[in-house]
Amino acid sequence: MSNKINIAIVGGGLAGLAAAMKIAEAGHNVDLFSVVPVKRSHSVCAQGGINGAVNTKGEGDSPWKHFDDTVYGGDFLADQEPVRRMTDMAPAIIHLFDRMGVPFSRTKEGLLDFRRFGGTLHHRTAFAGASTGQQLLYALDEQVRKFESAGSVTKYEGWEMLSLVLDDHQVCRGIVAMDLQTLELKSFKADAVIMATGGPGLIYGKSTNSQVCTGSAVSACYQQGARYANGEFIQVHPTSIPGEDKLRLMSESARGEGGRVWVPKNKGDERDPQDIPDSERWYFLEEKYPAYGNLVPRDIATREIFQTCLDGYGVKGENQVYLDLSHIPAETLDRKLGAILEIYEMFIGDDPRHVPMRIFPGVHYSMGGLWVDFEQRTNIPGLFAAGECDFSIHGANRLGANSLLSCVYGGFVAAPSAIDYAKNVERGETETNGIYDSELKKQQEINDEIIRSEGGENQYKIHDEMGKVMTDNVTVIRYNDRLQETDNKLLELIERFQNISINDSNLWATQAVPHARQLWNMLQLARVITLGALNRNESRGAHYKPDFPDRNDDEWLKTTIAEYSEESPVLSYESVDVSHIEPRLRDYSKGSKQGAKKA
Amino acid sequence: MSSNSGTKTKARLTDPPKSVRIRVKRREMPDAPQYVETFEIPYRRNLNVISVLMDIRKNPVTADGTETTPPVWDMNCLEQVCGICTMVINGRVRQSCSALIDDILLEAGGNEVVLEPMTKFPNVRDLKVDRSPMFDHLKKVHAWVELDGYHELGPGPHTPQETQQERYAYSRCMTCGCCLEACPQYHDDNYIGPQAIAQVRLFNMHPTGKMNRDERLDAMMDDDGIANCGNSQNCVQVCPMNIPLTRAIYETNREVTLHGLFGWLRK
Repeated sequence: MSNKINIAIVGGGLAGLAAAMKIAEAGHNVDLFSVVPVKRSHSVCAQGGINGAVNTKGEGDSPWKHFDDTVYGGDFLADQEPVRRMTDMAPAIIHLFDRMGVPFSRTKEGLLDFRRFGGTLHHRTAFAGASTGQQLLYALDEQVRKFESAGSVTKYEGWEMLSLVLDDHQVCRGIVAMDLQTLELKSFKADAVIMATGGPGLIYGKSTNSQVCTGSAVSACYQQGARYANGEFIQVHPTSIPGEDKLRLMSESARGEGGRVWVPKNKGDERDPQDIPDSERWYFLEEKYPAYGNLVPRDIATREIFQTCLDGYGVKGENQVYLDLSHIPAETLDRKLGAILEIYEMFIGDDPRHVPMRIFPGVHYSMGGLWVDFEQRTNIPGLFAAGECDFSIHGANRLGANSLLSCVYGGFVAAPSAIDYAKNVERGETETNGIYDSELKKQQEINDEIIRSEGGENQYKIHDEMGKVMTDNVTVIRYNDRLQETDNKLLELIERFQNISINDSNLWATQAVPHARQLWNMLQLARVITLGALNRNESRGAHYKPDFPDRNDDEWLKTTIAEYSEESPVLSYESVDVSHIEPRLRDYSKGSKQGAKKA
Repeated sequence: MSSNSGTKTKARLTDPPKSVRIRVKRREMPDAPQYVETFEIPYRRNLNVISVLMDIRKNPVTADGTETTPPVWDMNCLEQVCGICTMVINGRVRQSCSALIDDILLEAGGNEVVLEPMTKFPNVRDLKVDRSPMFDHLKKVHAWVELDGYHELGPGPHTPQETQQERYAYSRCMTCGCCLEACPQYHDDNYIGPQAIAQVRLFNMHPTGKMNRDERLDAMMDDDGIANCGNSQNCVQVCPMNIPLTRAIYETNREVTLHGLFGWLRK
């Protein structure tokens, strides 16, 4: 009986499900918590594909090249060892999904097809049409459902984690979660907890992220002592479709399949794009980066598009540039990009097979997250993390199609790591000493306080204001005075949060109480992002300061570590693992040059 | 320059109203009565049903100025790929994220949009429903491929492009429930419905998945199985992912018939 291991996984996206199926396969039990039914997790939004150097195109690709591209693309901020392990595992991960029945796009011979993606010169990205995330998530959802039927996985869908249960020695012994229909709170015992909750895009109000991507649970861990690393590294995707409710992603695969970014050479040209001849179009990425062209890494493409618009070249004077696919045969587009073209058509009304799309950068991904060691262990014993919510792998900038890979890799490493921990952890004492009840009571009091509070502040308005100030000041181009102002604003919002009144008197299935709790956690994480950015006086990957335009390895080849204190996040810095490849300057205007391998 | 001839742009609302009236069918909790509340939102371009609901949530006051509770609804990806935000909009079941106010008004005329919860699933509150029966259906039909293990065993089976494309179409099902809402046969969980049948097709087409086809076909022969289809073909018309549901039903039905006739010979 005492050997029965029970692991709680928070989050049912790609990373959480990957961990769940590995743990269940090993014969252990999983409690799986998810705000939405796991099949509706944000992983479904990933479009373009998953990277792995399977090398079927006779290009001489290899896991080492994938490793080098990833580390170089991340501007050398990533610890190298886990990246090396991930790129080594990548071909096996793709083959496993293939065996699970993912309908990957095929070559004429019936083999897996691969396409090009940003930051590499190789065809390395396996894809299922343009809805690869959906297809991969479904495959894992199916496998986990099999274990659910057999009884080894118990799903808690419609439950939100509020806090960790920690014992007197700061060891994680479980979680407190809230039923989103009844608002009932419950403590769950676990021998180990794996966080797999994805990114915090909702901090920016509108982003490409799904509505569940608040970072709330991770922020709760941070406020209970988990270290949060590299928070300031937020990826702004070069091509999104601005909307009233969100910024919809336009996949990098559009450029991977030959899409070209351009603006009219004449500022404010009022003509329709089809009427502007080639000679009067400025393909600025192709001009500036002849080797990689439209497939430069995202941080670079984003800055170039942003700057082009700042310089007045935006289409019809607005913050938008063209992403053009209309030169590619419609049949090819339908086969390889159908799903994303439908999204554009559905929301904008133009057919991208005929009319160039109008796009602009949008907040997309957090490279930062919970600090983990090379076995996905956080600094809190018994607490693990995997996927976008951990900080590893992507350094200062993530390459396209590496996120699905890192989610699965993280889950596959976290699972045995958590099992190993759970086998050896001492148990027994914790069941009687009241830690579960006391944490439950503490969380219930927070809920009660939110429900009682009648200060008149509107929680959704505070959220809007946070999103705006973060988007204005903590995205593509960053200035220290504005970062300081942002933190001041966040402090003001935190103050005002104490005076919110929830506007829902019906507490059954209310969204007001969960949102209020998420909002508090988002505000805390927003400060980590902002102050991390303020402190880092250099430019690296997605973090760009015109006042400090160069990467500065002497002072800043370091991982930012944020630890919670009531007053302000406490920042410290740790060295980066550069044990395999000597850091070198990033320059995408020339062809790829492999890094020097260390002995 | 464009290699694809012609330009295609859809019709647009040329004379938009000053405001949009949103009628929301509400319910406080599962056994409470339903009622309707009307809200008025200033018209802006590019509104969709979600952004309208977000506006109302921020400031829940009805058109006649009465303060009320914010309507509750489900939403997540807002790109019509998670399936969660499905509801009945002006009588048609669909995802609310991809329901653009301009399109709705262009189609319906006037300035009114009616939002109702799906009727075939337990109504949790307001526009929120509980679709967990659909996930149970996926268990029942063994909607997965059985593997020897998750360790490294090399690539999967060779697959012709054609098969991949057919399977991909079925694999896009996001369990949104539109097909069940529109199906005249489906009520009170009496019929497993088109989504599960299409998943049977998806897995029975896969070289490895095929090895468990008998279990799936047995499930199809249960009381709530494929025989309940009344061939109204509503499902295929409302499917937001354009899944060839009627084709799945036709082909699975054929498989079930053969399985019923000769299946016992293999046992």
